[in-house]
Parts: sequence; C-alpha cells; structure tokens
Amino acid sequence: MQLARVIGTVVSTQKNLHLEGAKLLLVQPIDERGVFFGKATLAVDAVGSGVGERVLVVNEGRAAGEIFQKRIAPVDSAIIGIVDEITFVGK
Amino acid sequence: MQLAKVLGSVVTTQKDPSLASLTLLVLQPLDSDRKAVGRQLVAVDSVGAGVGEEVFFVLGKEASFPFLPKRVATDSCVVGIIDHWSVSKIGKSTR
Repeated sequence: MQLARVIGTVVSTQKNLHLEGAKLLLVQPIDERGVFFGKATLAVDAVGSGVGERVLVVNEGRAAGEIFQKRIAPVDSAIIGIVDEITFVGK
Repeated sequence: MQLAKVLGSVVTTQKDPSLASLTLLVLQPLDSDRKAVGRQLVAVDSVGAGVGEEVFFVLGKEASFPFLPKRVATDSCVVGIIDHWSVSKIGKSTR
C-alpha cells in the first residue's frame, strides 16, 4: 500500500462498462511527512474520500479489483482507506 | 491507472492471434499538469480512443479483463477516454 494525497478529480464518459459508477481520483504519492514524490496516478475510490485527504492506495490488481467484488473490472489502483494519523519515529 | 495522451497507432500483420482486429495505440503517460512523464508505450484499445485524445490505461494482468472471456496477450490497455480533469491547489502548490 502507498500513502498518497488526493489532488484532483477525473471525469470520463466513455469508459469500460465495469468502471461505470466508479469515482476516479488523481492521487499523488507522499512520504510520511506529507512531501510529494513520484507522479500522479489515477485510482478508483472505494471509501468516499475527497480532494485534499491523505489516503491509502493499493497498486496491485487483485487487491484493487476486490472493491468491485465479483465484477471483473480492469482496475490496478484503488483507494482503500482514509488516513487519520501517521505516527513514526523521526530522525 | 495512469493518464496518457494518444500519440499514434501501430500496425502489425504478424502477431499473436489473440491480438487480431485489436487497435494498438502509442501512449505518452502524462503527469497531472499534462507534462509528459516516463517512456512511451503501446497499449491495446478497448474504448475506441483516437489519436490526440487524453485517456487512462491499466497495466498488468487487469489489462486483459475488458476482453473476457477472450484471452488477450496484453499487459497494457486503454480503459477510458477522459473528458476533463481538475487538480486542486494542494496538488499544484507543492510541485
């Protein structure tokens, strides 16, 4: 799982039928201090998160597809949690 | 999934039979500010995307799901055409 921040929304009318009704959000990976790194990717939202929130993203197909239960959706990235707090031992 | 722009298409005559009649597109992955990032790649199309359009694509085994029960030999597939996207100030300010 990857820590990320939701930075935007994506609207797509023409998409795979298994993705209908799915909320697509732009997520940017962050480190434990909240600093952005890497590139922004697209994830399907399963927990009702919104722009600005810190979230947990799974980037593996099996786990991401689980949010659609039995539907065989072509999804490789999904938001599966909203982060309340991160505690770590800093340097 | 990642954002990308369709740069062109690829024509191949001799290929795996599972890829017959499928469109192959050349994609340039994009960042949230429309800047090209990373290397270009070839992906199968499942939504009727055309050159110049902004799309999103999946990588890995899931790329073959849109064609089930047919098994297609691909690891990247365009699964949606993007109408528009917006990035909040949070996303822009820390860049």
